[in-house]
Amino acid sequence: MIELVSDDRCIRCGICVKVCPTHVFDADAEGLPFIARQEDCQTCFVCEAHCPADALYVSPYADVAVDVEEESLIANGLLGSWRATVGWGPGRTKLASVDTTEFINRILPPRPGSAAR
Amino acid sequence: MGEIDVKLTADVLVIGGGPAAAWAAWSAASNGANVALVDKGYLGTSGATAPGGTNLLYLPPDQKLRDQAVEQRFKGGGFLSEPSWTYRVLDQVYINLERIEKWGYPFVRDEEGVPQRGHLQGLEYMNLMRKVVLKAGVKVLDHHPSLELLVDEHGVGGARGVSRLDNKEWEVRANAVVLATGGCAFLSKGLGCNVLTGDGLLMASELGAELSGMEFSRAYAPSAAFGTITRGRLLGWATYYDEEGNVLNSDGNRGQILHRAVSEGRTVYAMLNKADTPEKQAILRSSHAVFFLPYDRTGIDPFTQKFPLTLRAEGTVRGTGGIRLVSEDCSTTVAGLYAAGDAASRERLMGGMSGGGAFNASWAICSGTWSGEAAAAYALAQSRNAGSRDLRPAGRYGLQAGETSGSVAVGAPASDSSRPSQKELVAAVQQEVSLKINYFRNVPSLQGSLARLNALWPIAGSFSERGGIQQRVRSREIAAMAATARWMHTASLERKETRAMHALAEYPEQDPNQLHRITLSGIDEIAVRYDKVPGSSA
Repeated sequence: MIELVSDDRCIRCGICVKVCPTHVFDADAEGLPFIARQEDCQTCFVCEAHCPADALYVSPYADVAVDVEEESLIANGLLGSWRATVGWGPGRTKLASVDTTEFINRILPPRPGSAAR
Repeated sequence: MGEIDVKLTADVLVIGGGPAAAWAAWSAASNGANVALVDKGYLGTSGATAPGGTNLLYLPPDQKLRDQAVEQRFKGGGFLSEPSWTYRVLDQVYINLERIEKWGYPFVRDEEGVPQRGHLQGLEYMNLMRKVVLKAGVKVLDHHPSLELLVDEHGVGGARGVSRLDNKEWEVRANAVVLATGGCAFLSKGLGCNVLTGDGLLMASELGAELSGMEFSRAYAPSAAFGTITRGRLLGWATYYDEEGNVLNSDGNRGQILHRAVSEGRTVYAMLNKADTPEKQAILRSSHAVFFLPYDRTGIDPFTQKFPLTLRAEGTVRGTGGIRLVSEDCSTTVAGLYAAGDAASRERLMGGMSGGGAFNASWAICSGTWSGEAAAAYALAQSRNAGSRDLRPAGRYGLQAGETSGSVAVGAPASDSSRPSQKELVAAVQQEVSLKINYFRNVPSLQGSLARLNALWPIAGSFSERGGIQQRVRSREIAAMAATARWMHTASLERKETRAMHALAEYPEQDPNQLHRITLSGIDEIAVRYDKVPGSSA
């Protein structure tokens, strides 16, 4: 579930409030988004991909809230890591343009049984 | 509610925000209609496609390849599909994927320079579709969940709902409506699936539309036990282990190992150790990148360390049942009402088996295109503007009493403190679509479940909790989910055989005498009839 909106990094663009498909964020009077309905988060990571400031962190735990610390997320390269993987942001290569899905059948493991999956 | 804050009139109203909705809106606008699109979430991120990636049913125009695919599908779907529909999807999706490439989607090419169009990265695809839809002139209203359709004696005439970001009531009048609201995954947190609560099935049924194929709803997808990434393809490189570390799939088959374990409360662990070189691992990472997020973020190396798995319900999303389509243009039995994507029954294309996401993804593209085109033609042929029709709101379930001027909301007032909370109602419905009941189907267990759901229906189908907009929307979602579960179990009990995705323990064989589709209608009382498969001899 979403666990962090970084005050330091957030540029108050409001994109996360708009793009979250389950309406988890509200914004305060200054335009700073906050996590208003964490239990409605479906852990889909789309807010992270769309955040131009790498200010959001979605924990992979779907059903339990966990404590996160911004400094250690930054130290571990996790703030903005999904956007980087998707290849969004200036100067990046889009994941779609290096998508290997069509080639994965070339490396299928040998199958001991003959029955179909 | 009472006052409507925002009133709009369009030729075509599209409800939904996933690929089927996007294609329907683009298609209707491209055919000259003035189009509004309303979605519960955000066009570009809503639904099962956007957060991950999706394979497509896509073949080059090679007759032999296509003949084989159609034949394979006909058998796999339990002979309930129509080959002509499979061919027309293959034709249409080829055209539309060329369009996507022209619009800027960066398909990779193989060594011979052939574009590989059989897979789309969801975020890139849906971000592009949003731009295309806006450029086509569609009025896009995000965070505008629909609560009910509008109707008069001539058919559907628009919808009403709420705007989540500013607490306003909206009404869009339109002579044609495309329901592209997705299937129903029961708030299981499958990737991107929590906006998919069967809303369109309920809205259509309130207008008297029929449903078909609701027994083909036995889909569950693997994810990390703690996570949401319901993508199973890379588990083809996994070894499965039990809690003691014994290998479970030494014959190379994963089969029902996970289904049995999860339903019995045992944990299965997986490790992708069949991708045993850095080169193979890199290929998998650039294919289903989202698959790795939960592991990277919890410090698990999935290639060398075991991770626990679970299954999340995908209901009708990866099933094939939904609103029955009466014609090739995706029209329904209600005048002016069309259905596309997972909200529609996909039996005509694929019978009773979706075969992963590929068929559904291509179906979304094609049904969106066809429904949009037909809705535009229908709306533009009407002599009367929708704004001047004498329309009434048709919603009956999960709505606040007196919520809309014309509707007759059913059920007890929500102030009764003995009522279960929304959270409890959601859990109660989810329990009835558990693996134990809905995957390992048998007659007494389904009957018991249906009886409990019927007993719950007067509560689950009425307004469930006062509060803000979230509660109003959730109340309607609970009604839609409870109704969907009842339709599923009703159809499952009716199909006394095992065919395609449907399996019933007492009837493990396919029965040639049941080569028909099961069509349902009604909500409080569910009527059943059998529908002949066009072209079949049965």
